[in-house]
Amino acid sequence: MKNSEILTCLQCGTCHASCPSGRYTSLNVRKIVRDSIRKDISDEPELWMCTTCYNCQERCPRGIKVTDAILTLRSEAVKKGEILPAHRKVCRFLIETGNSIPIDDKHRLLRKRLGLGNPEPAHKKALKEVRALLASTKFDELIKA
Amino acid sequence: MRELSLYTGCLIPNRYPGIEKATRLVLDRLDIRWSELKEAACCPAPGIYRSFDKITWLTLASRNLVLAEEKNTDILTICNGCFSSLMDANNILKSDTGLRNEVNSHLKKIGKEYLGTIEVRHIIEFLYKDIGAEKLDKLIEKPLELRAAVHYGCHLLKPTKERKLGGAECPVFFDELVEATGAMSVPYEGKTNCCGAGGGVRSAMLETSLKMTEYKLERMEKAGVDCIVDACPFCHLQYDWGQAELAKAGKAYNIPVVHYSQLLGLALGYEPEEVGLNLNEIINPGFEEKIALVQKGKPR
Repeated sequence: MKNSEILTCLQCGTCHASCPSGRYTSLNVRKIVRDSIRKDISDEPELWMCTTCYNCQERCPRGIKVTDAILTLRSEAVKKGEILPAHRKVCRFLIETGNSIPIDDKHRLLRKRLGLGNPEPAHKKALKEVRALLASTKFDELIKA
Repeated sequence: MRELSLYTGCLIPNRYPGIEKATRLVLDRLDIRWSELKEAACCPAPGIYRSFDKITWLTLASRNLVLAEEKNTDILTICNGCFSSLMDANNILKSDTGLRNEVNSHLKKIGKEYLGTIEVRHIIEFLYKDIGAEKLDKLIEKPLELRAAVHYGCHLLKPTKERKLGGAECPVFFDELVEATGAMSVPYEGKTNCCGAGGGVRSAMLETSLKMTEYKLERMEKAGVDCIVDACPFCHLQYDWGQAELAKAGKAYNIPVVHYSQLLGLALGYEPEEVGLNLNEIINPGFEEKIALVQKGKPR
Protein backbone atom coordinates (compact mmCIF):
# COMPACT_ATOMS: atom_id res chain seq x y z
CA MET A 1 0.00 0.00 0.00
CA LYS A 2 1.26 3.48 -0.86
CA ASN A 3 0.97 5.11 2.55
CA SER A 4 4.14 6.73 3.86
CA GLU A 5 2.56 7.30 7.27
CA ILE A 6 2.53 3.61 8.15
CA LEU A 7 6.26 3.40 7.49
CA THR A 8 6.66 5.24 10.81
CA CYS A 9 5.03 2.33 12.71
CA LEU A 10 7.29 1.08 15.50
CA GLN A 11 5.37 -2.21 15.92
CA CYS A 12 4.55 -1.53 19.59
CA GLY A 13 1.28 -3.47 19.43
CA THR A 14 -0.95 -0.86 21.12
CA CYS A 15 -3.33 -1.25 18.16
CA HIS A 16 -3.70 -4.99 18.61
CA ALA A 17 -4.04 -4.68 22.40
CA SER A 18 -6.87 -2.17 21.88
CA CYS A 19 -8.74 -4.19 19.27
CA PRO A 20 -12.10 -5.64 20.41
CA SER A 21 -12.22 -7.98 17.43
CA GLY A 22 -8.63 -9.19 17.85
CA ARG A 23 -9.60 -10.50 21.28
CA TYR A 24 -11.69 -13.20 19.57
CA THR A 25 -10.38 -13.49 16.01
CA SER A 26 -7.15 -13.86 14.06
CA LEU A 27 -7.20 -10.12 13.29
CA ASN A 28 -3.87 -8.63 14.38
CA VAL A 29 -3.74 -4.99 13.36
CA ARG A 30 -0.03 -4.68 14.12
CA LYS A 31 0.65 -7.54 11.71
CA ILE A 32 -1.63 -6.04 9.04
CA VAL A 33 0.26 -2.75 9.20
CA ARG A 34 3.61 -4.54 9.01
CA ASP A 35 2.66 -6.91 6.20
CA SER A 36 0.88 -4.30 4.09
CA ILE A 37 4.20 -2.46 3.65
CA ARG A 38 5.91 -5.55 2.30
CA LYS A 39 3.30 -7.35 0.25
CA ASP A 40 -0.20 -7.48 -1.15
CA ILE A 41 -2.53 -8.70 1.60
CA SER A 42 -5.77 -8.27 -0.36
CA ASP A 43 -6.80 -11.91 0.11
CA GLU A 44 -6.38 -11.95 3.90
CA PRO A 45 -9.78 -12.54 5.54
CA GLU A 46 -8.65 -10.60 8.64
CA LEU A 47 -9.11 -7.31 6.73
CA TRP A 48 -12.86 -7.85 7.12
CA MET A 49 -12.84 -8.69 10.82
CA CYS A 50 -12.34 -5.04 11.81
CA THR A 51 -15.44 -3.26 13.16
CA THR A 52 -13.84 0.14 12.36
CA CYS A 53 -14.18 1.12 16.04
CA TYR A 54 -11.12 3.41 15.75
CA ASN A 55 -9.56 2.30 19.07
CA CYS A 56 -6.26 1.55 17.30
CA GLN A 57 -6.23 4.88 15.51
CA GLU A 58 -7.03 6.81 18.69
CA ARG A 59 -4.36 5.09 20.75
CA CYS A 60 -1.51 4.82 18.22
CA PRO A 61 1.49 6.57 19.84
CA ARG A 62 2.74 7.54 16.37
CA GLY A 63 -0.63 9.07 15.44
CA ILE A 64 -0.95 6.76 12.46
CA LYS A 65 -4.45 6.68 11.00
CA VAL A 66 -4.61 2.93 11.42
CA THR A 67 -8.35 2.39 10.85
CA ASP A 68 -8.27 4.61 7.77
CA ALA A 69 -5.33 2.51 6.51
CA ILE A 70 -7.46 -0.64 6.93
CA LEU A 71 -10.24 1.02 4.92
CA THR A 72 -7.75 1.76 2.13
CA LEU A 73 -6.49 -1.83 2.20
CA ARG A 74 -10.09 -3.03 1.94
CA SER A 75 -10.66 -0.81 -1.10
CA GLU A 76 -7.59 -2.29 -2.76
CA ALA A 77 -8.91 -5.78 -2.00
CA VAL A 78 -12.35 -4.94 -3.43
CA LYS A 79 -10.73 -3.74 -6.69
CA LYS A 80 -9.21 -7.22 -6.95
CA GLY A 81 -12.64 -8.79 -6.53
CA GLU A 82 -12.27 -9.72 -2.86
CA ILE A 83 -15.86 -9.13 -1.79
CA LEU A 84 -17.65 -11.25 0.81
CA PRO A 85 -21.03 -12.57 -0.38
CA ALA A 86 -22.89 -10.88 2.52
CA HIS A 87 -21.37 -7.49 1.62
CA ARG A 88 -22.17 -7.93 -2.07
CA LYS A 89 -25.78 -8.56 -1.03
CA VAL A 90 -25.92 -5.29 0.94
CA CYS A 91 -24.53 -3.44 -2.09
CA ARG A 92 -27.21 -4.99 -4.28
CA PHE A 93 -29.88 -3.74 -1.86
CA LEU A 94 -28.48 -0.24 -2.30
CA ILE A 95 -28.53 -0.51 -6.09
CA GLU A 96 -32.06 -1.98 -6.07
CA THR A 97 -33.68 0.24 -3.44
CA GLY A 98 -31.40 3.17 -2.53
CA ASN A 99 -31.26 1.73 0.99
CA SER A 100 -28.82 -0.77 2.46
CA ILE A 101 -31.62 -2.12 4.62
CA PRO A 102 -34.83 -2.04 2.58
CA ILE A 103 -38.28 -1.95 4.09
CA ASP A 104 -40.38 -5.13 4.29
CA ASP A 105 -44.07 -5.88 4.82
CA LYS A 106 -43.73 -6.30 8.57
CA HIS A 107 -42.23 -2.85 8.99
CA ARG A 108 -44.63 -1.22 6.52
CA LEU A 109 -47.39 -2.33 8.88
CA LEU A 110 -45.55 -1.22 12.02
CA ARG A 111 -44.94 2.24 10.53
CA LYS A 112 -48.64 2.52 9.75
CA ARG A 113 -49.57 1.52 13.29
CA LEU A 114 -47.24 4.16 14.70
CA GLY A 115 -48.86 6.79 12.47
CA LEU A 116 -45.64 7.32 10.51
CA GLY A 117 -45.72 8.31 6.85
CA ASN A 118 -44.86 6.06 3.95
CA PRO A 119 -41.37 7.03 2.78
CA GLU A 120 -41.48 4.85 -0.31
CA PRO A 121 -42.61 7.41 -2.94
CA ALA A 122 -39.73 9.71 -1.89
CA HIS A 123 -37.35 6.73 -1.92
CA LYS A 124 -38.35 5.94 -5.50
CA LYS A 125 -37.46 9.45 -6.60
CA ALA A 126 -34.17 9.22 -4.72
CA LEU A 127 -33.41 5.86 -6.26
CA LYS A 128 -33.28 7.28 -9.78
CA GLU A 129 -30.59 9.75 -8.74
CA VAL A 130 -28.71 7.21 -6.63
CA ARG A 131 -28.53 4.83 -9.59
CA ALA A 132 -27.27 7.60 -11.86
CA LEU A 133 -24.52 8.39 -9.34
CA LEU A 134 -23.60 4.71 -8.83
CA ALA A 135 -23.29 4.34 -12.59
CA SER A 136 -21.22 7.51 -12.81
CA THR A 137 -18.72 6.31 -10.17
CA LYS A 138 -18.79 2.84 -11.79
CA PHE A 139 -19.79 1.26 -8.48
CA ASP A 140 -22.15 -1.17 -10.19
CA GLU A 141 -19.21 -2.47 -12.27
CA LEU A 142 -17.09 -2.82 -9.12
CA ILE A 143 -19.77 -5.01 -7.54
CA LYS A 144 -20.30 -7.12 -10.66
CA ALA A 145 -16.60 -7.88 -11.06
CA MET B 1 -30.03 27.96 15.88
CA ARG B 2 -30.47 26.89 12.27
CA GLU B 3 -33.44 24.71 11.34
CA LEU B 4 -32.67 21.01 11.26
CA SER B 5 -33.47 18.41 8.63
CA LEU B 6 -34.11 15.07 10.28
CA TYR B 7 -32.19 12.38 8.44
CA THR B 8 -33.41 8.95 9.56
CA GLY B 9 -31.23 6.74 7.33
CA CYS B 10 -32.27 3.14 6.51
CA LEU B 11 -32.20 1.17 9.72
CA ILE B 12 -34.49 3.37 11.81
CA PRO B 13 -37.43 3.77 9.41
CA ASN B 14 -37.16 0.22 8.11
CA ARG B 15 -36.35 -1.81 11.27
CA TYR B 16 -36.89 0.36 14.37
CA PRO B 17 -39.59 2.87 13.39
CA GLY B 18 -40.30 3.43 17.11
CA ILE B 19 -37.02 5.36 17.33
CA GLU B 20 -38.22 7.61 14.48
CA LYS B 21 -41.56 8.14 16.23
CA ALA B 22 -39.87 8.91 19.56
CA THR B 23 -37.52 11.40 17.91
CA ARG B 24 -40.40 13.24 16.22
CA LEU B 25 -42.32 13.43 19.52
CA VAL B 26 -39.31 14.65 21.45
CA LEU B 27 -38.22 17.29 18.90
CA ASP B 28 -41.75 18.70 18.83
CA ARG B 29 -42.04 18.73 22.61
CA LEU B 30 -38.74 20.62 22.86
CA ASP B 31 -39.94 23.20 20.29
CA ILE B 32 -37.04 22.48 17.98
CA ARG B 33 -37.45 23.76 14.41
CA TRP B 34 -37.14 20.72 12.20
CA SER B 35 -38.47 19.08 9.05
CA GLU B 36 -37.84 15.82 7.24
CA LEU B 37 -35.00 15.44 4.77
CA LYS B 38 -37.19 14.12 1.99
CA GLU B 39 -35.80 12.09 -0.89
CA ALA B 40 -32.68 11.21 1.05
CA ALA B 41 -31.06 7.80 0.44
CA CYS B 42 -28.59 5.60 2.32
CA CYS B 43 -25.95 7.76 4.08
CA PRO B 44 -24.19 5.42 2.70
CA ALA B 45 -23.25 2.98 5.47
CA PRO B 46 -19.61 3.66 6.36
CA GLY B 47 -18.61 0.06 7.16
CA ILE B 48 -19.25 -1.18 3.66
CA TYR B 49 -19.19 1.70 1.17
CA ARG B 50 -16.32 3.65 2.71
CA SER B 51 -14.39 0.36 2.71
CA PHE B 52 -15.32 -0.43 -0.89
CA ASP B 53 -14.83 2.82 -2.77
CA LYS B 54 -14.12 6.23 -1.26
CA ILE B 55 -15.44 8.22 -4.23
CA THR B 56 -18.77 6.34 -4.32
CA TRP B 57 -19.10 6.78 -0.56
CA LEU B 58 -18.36 10.52 -0.80
CA THR B 59 -20.63 11.01 -3.79
CA LEU B 60 -23.69 9.34 -2.25
CA ALA B 61 -23.10 11.14 1.06
CA SER B 62 -22.74 14.46 -0.77
CA ARG B 63 -26.14 13.98 -2.41
CA ASN B 64 -27.75 13.84 1.06
CA LEU B 65 -25.73 16.86 2.16
CA VAL B 66 -26.83 18.81 -0.91
CA LEU B 67 -30.50 18.08 -0.17
CA ALA B 68 -30.02 19.87 3.17
CA GLU B 69 -27.98 22.66 1.55
CA GLU B 70 -30.87 23.29 -0.84
CA LYS B 71 -33.14 23.79 2.21
CA ASN B 72 -30.53 25.86 4.07
CA THR B 73 -30.77 23.57 7.09
CA ASP B 74 -28.28 21.55 9.11
CA ILE B 75 -28.71 17.77 9.15
CA LEU B 76 -29.79 16.00 12.34
CA THR B 77 -28.82 12.32 12.52
CA ILE B 78 -30.05 9.80 15.09
CA CYS B 79 -27.62 7.06 14.08
CA ASN B 80 -23.85 6.90 14.65
CA GLY B 81 -23.29 5.35 11.23
CA CYS B 82 -25.16 8.13 9.42
CA PHE B 83 -23.37 10.69 11.61
CA SER B 84 -20.02 9.14 10.73
CA SER B 85 -20.62 9.01 6.97
CA LEU B 86 -22.25 12.41 6.62
CA MET B 87 -19.96 14.31 9.00
CA ASP B 88 -16.74 12.76 7.72
CA ALA B 89 -17.79 13.27 4.11
CA ASN B 90 -18.77 16.87 4.85
CA ASN B 91 -15.41 17.55 6.51
CA ILE B 92 -13.47 15.92 3.68
CA LEU B 93 -15.40 17.76 0.95
CA LYS B 94 -15.08 21.11 2.72
CA SER B 95 -11.32 20.81 3.02
CA ASP B 96 -10.19 18.84 -0.07
CA THR B 97 -10.77 20.80 -3.27
CA GLY B 98 -9.63 17.94 -5.51
CA LEU B 99 -12.12 15.48 -4.04
CA ARG B 100 -14.87 18.11 -4.04
CA ASN B 101 -14.34 18.73 -7.75
CA GLU B 102 -14.38 15.01 -8.46
CA VAL B 103 -17.58 14.50 -6.46
CA ASN B 104 -19.20 17.52 -8.12
CA SER B 105 -18.38 16.08 -11.56
CA HIS B 106 -20.61 13.11 -10.61
CA LEU B 107 -23.29 15.26 -8.94
CA LYS B 108 -23.52 17.39 -12.09
CA LYS B 109 -25.13 14.41 -13.84
CA ILE B 110 -28.16 14.73 -11.55
CA GLY B 111 -28.10 18.55 -11.66
CA LYS B 112 -26.65 19.04 -8.18
CA GLU B 113 -23.59 20.72 -6.72
CA TYR B 114 -22.01 20.38 -3.29
CA LEU B 115 -21.19 23.77 -1.77
CA GLY B 116 -20.20 23.01 1.82
CA THR B 117 -22.63 25.34 3.56
CA ILE B 118 -24.17 23.17 6.28
CA GLU B 119 -23.21 21.19 9.38
CA VAL B 120 -24.03 17.61 10.36
CA ARG B 121 -25.35 17.09 13.88
CA HIS B 122 -26.08 14.04 16.02
CA ILE B 123 -29.04 14.23 18.36
CA ILE B 124 -26.87 13.52 21.42
CA GLU B 125 -24.31 16.28 20.84
CA PHE B 126 -27.09 18.57 19.61
CA LEU B 127 -29.16 18.13 22.78
CA TYR B 128 -26.06 18.48 24.93
CA LYS B 129 -24.70 21.62 23.27
CA ASP B 130 -27.77 23.45 22.01
CA ILE B 131 -30.40 22.50 24.61
CA GLY B 132 -28.36 21.39 27.61
CA ALA B 133 -28.79 18.66 30.21
CA GLU B 134 -29.96 21.20 32.82
CA LYS B 135 -32.82 22.42 30.67
CA LEU B 136 -33.92 18.84 29.96
CA ASP B 137 -33.74 18.04 33.66
CA LYS B 138 -36.10 20.94 34.43
CA LEU B 139 -38.62 19.77 31.82
CA ILE B 140 -38.97 16.35 33.35
CA GLU B 141 -41.70 16.07 35.94
CA LYS B 142 -41.39 12.39 36.71
CA PRO B 143 -37.75 11.31 36.76
CA LEU B 144 -37.09 7.77 35.52
CA GLU B 145 -35.63 5.78 38.35
CA LEU B 146 -33.65 3.36 36.25
CA ARG B 147 -30.13 1.98 36.29
CA ALA B 148 -28.84 2.48 32.76
CA ALA B 149 -25.81 1.07 30.94
CA VAL B 150 -24.92 3.92 28.61
CA HIS B 151 -23.40 2.83 25.30
CA TYR B 152 -21.98 5.77 23.31
CA GLY B 153 -21.13 3.74 20.21
CA CYS B 154 -17.78 4.15 18.46
CA HIS B 155 -18.66 6.59 15.71
CA LEU B 156 -20.34 9.12 17.99
CA LEU B 157 -16.92 9.72 19.58
CA LYS B 158 -14.28 8.62 17.11
CA PRO B 159 -12.21 9.68 15.28
CA THR B 160 -11.95 12.33 18.03
CA LYS B 161 -10.09 14.71 15.68
CA GLU B 162 -13.18 14.81 13.45
CA ARG B 163 -15.87 14.67 16.13
CA LYS B 164 -14.37 17.32 18.43
CA LEU B 165 -16.48 16.08 21.35
CA GLY B 166 -13.57 15.56 23.73
CA GLY B 167 -11.69 12.34 24.50
CA ALA B 168 -13.04 8.90 23.72
CA GLU B 169 -11.71 7.05 26.78
CA CYS B 170 -13.94 8.58 29.50
CA PRO B 171 -16.61 10.73 27.86
CA VAL B 172 -19.40 12.18 30.04
CA PHE B 173 -21.78 14.19 27.85
CA PHE B 174 -24.13 11.34 26.97
CA ASP B 175 -24.20 10.20 30.61
CA GLU B 176 -25.27 13.71 31.64
CA LEU B 177 -28.17 13.60 29.19
CA VAL B 178 -29.20 10.17 30.48
CA GLU B 179 -29.05 11.38 34.07
CA ALA B 180 -31.18 14.41 33.13
CA THR B 181 -34.05 11.92 32.62
CA GLY B 182 -33.66 10.79 36.23
CA ALA B 183 -31.95 7.53 35.26
CA MET B 184 -28.60 6.68 36.77
CA SER B 185 -25.70 5.99 34.43
CA VAL B 186 -24.08 2.92 35.99
CA PRO B 187 -20.34 2.49 35.43
CA TYR B 188 -19.31 -0.81 33.86
CA GLU B 189 -16.10 -2.32 32.55
CA GLY B 190 -15.50 -1.90 28.83
CA LYS B 191 -18.04 0.91 28.56
CA THR B 192 -16.50 2.51 25.48
CA ASN B 193 -15.91 -0.82 23.73
CA CYS B 194 -17.58 -1.60 20.42
CA CYS B 195 -20.96 -3.42 20.30
CA GLY B 196 -19.50 -5.64 17.58
CA ALA B 197 -21.78 -4.71 14.69
CA GLY B 198 -19.76 -2.21 12.65
CA GLY B 199 -17.41 -2.43 9.71
CA GLY B 200 -19.54 -5.03 7.94
CA VAL B 201 -18.69 -7.59 10.67
CA ARG B 202 -22.28 -8.30 11.71
CA SER B 203 -23.45 -8.90 8.15
CA ALA B 204 -20.55 -11.17 7.19
CA MET B 205 -19.45 -12.74 10.50
CA LEU B 206 -22.37 -12.89 12.89
CA GLU B 207 -20.74 -15.21 15.43
CA THR B 208 -17.66 -13.02 15.73
CA SER B 209 -19.75 -9.91 16.15
CA LEU B 210 -21.81 -11.58 18.88
CA LYS B 211 -18.68 -12.43 20.85
CA MET B 212 -17.98 -8.70 21.13
CA THR B 213 -21.61 -8.09 22.09
CA GLU B 214 -21.43 -10.75 24.75
CA TYR B 215 -18.30 -9.13 26.21
CA LYS B 216 -20.40 -6.02 26.74
CA LEU B 217 -23.57 -7.79 27.94
CA GLU B 218 -21.70 -9.82 30.56
CA ARG B 219 -20.27 -6.64 32.06
CA MET B 220 -23.55 -4.74 31.91
CA GLU B 221 -25.30 -7.62 33.64
CA LYS B 222 -22.62 -7.71 36.32
CA ALA B 223 -23.14 -3.99 36.95
CA GLY B 224 -26.84 -4.69 37.57
CA VAL B 225 -28.63 -2.50 35.04
CA ASP B 226 -32.30 -2.17 34.10
CA CYS B 227 -31.60 -1.24 30.48
CA ILE B 228 -29.03 -0.33 27.85
CA VAL B 229 -29.26 3.21 26.48
CA ASP B 230 -27.75 3.76 23.02
CA ALA B 231 -27.51 6.54 20.44
CA CYS B 232 -27.48 4.42 17.30
CA PRO B 233 -29.92 1.95 15.71
CA PHE B 234 -27.14 -0.39 14.62
CA CYS B 235 -25.80 -0.71 18.19
CA HIS B 236 -29.47 -0.97 19.22
CA LEU B 237 -30.07 -3.83 16.77
CA GLN B 238 -26.86 -5.57 17.77
CA TYR B 239 -27.84 -5.54 21.45
CA ASP B 240 -31.52 -6.31 20.85
CA TRP B 241 -31.38 -8.93 18.08
CA GLY B 242 -28.02 -10.06 19.46
CA GLN B 243 -29.59 -10.96 22.80
CA ALA B 244 -32.31 -12.90 20.98
CA GLU B 245 -29.63 -14.71 18.94
CA LEU B 246 -27.59 -15.49 22.06
CA ALA B 247 -30.73 -16.68 23.86
CA LYS B 248 -31.18 -19.34 21.17
CA ALA B 249 -27.70 -20.57 22.11
CA GLY B 250 -28.85 -20.76 25.74
CA LYS B 251 -27.52 -17.44 27.06
CA ALA B 252 -30.35 -15.15 28.11
CA TYR B 253 -29.55 -11.65 29.38
CA ASN B 254 -32.97 -10.09 28.92
CA ILE B 255 -31.75 -6.48 29.17
CA PRO B 256 -34.12 -4.07 27.36
CA VAL B 257 -32.47 -1.79 24.79
CA VAL B 258 -33.53 1.86 24.57
CA HIS B 259 -32.42 4.56 22.13
CA TYR B 260 -31.95 7.94 23.84
CA SER B 261 -34.89 9.43 21.87
CA GLN B 262 -37.06 6.72 23.41
CA LEU B 263 -35.67 7.24 26.92
CA LEU B 264 -36.28 10.98 26.72
CA GLY B 265 -39.76 10.29 25.36
CA LEU B 266 -40.52 8.07 28.36
CA ALA B 267 -39.20 10.74 30.74
CA LEU B 268 -41.44 13.31 29.05
CA GLY B 269 -44.43 11.07 29.78
CA TYR B 270 -44.98 9.19 26.51
CA GLU B 271 -45.98 5.59 27.01
CA PRO B 272 -43.64 2.72 26.09
CA GLU B 273 -45.80 1.80 23.08
CA GLU B 274 -45.84 5.39 21.80
CA VAL B 275 -42.05 5.36 21.56
CA GLY B 276 -42.04 1.83 20.12
CA LEU B 277 -40.39 -0.04 22.98
CA ASN B 278 -42.77 -2.92 22.23
CA LEU B 279 -41.06 -3.33 18.83
CA ASN B 280 -37.88 -4.62 20.44
CA GLU B 281 -37.09 -8.34 20.40
CA ILE B 282 -36.17 -8.23 24.08
CA ILE B 283 -39.20 -7.45 26.19
CA ASN B 284 -38.77 -7.44 29.95
CA PRO B 285 -42.06 -7.02 31.87
CA GLY B 286 -40.18 -5.95 35.01
CA PHE B 287 -38.73 -3.00 33.11
CA GLU B 288 -42.13 -1.94 31.76
CA GLU B 289 -43.54 -2.11 35.32
CA LYS B 290 -40.82 0.22 36.57
CA ILE B 291 -41.66 2.73 33.83
CA ALA B 292 -45.39 2.44 34.55
CA LEU B 293 -44.78 3.02 38.27
CA VAL B 294 -42.87 6.22 37.55
CA GLN B 295 -45.38 7.45 34.97
CA LYS B 296 -48.38 6.80 37.25
CA GLY B 297 -46.62 8.34 40.25
CA LYS B 298 -46.80 11.91 41.49
CA PRO B 299 -44.73 14.59 39.76
CA ARG B 300 -41.69 15.70 41.78
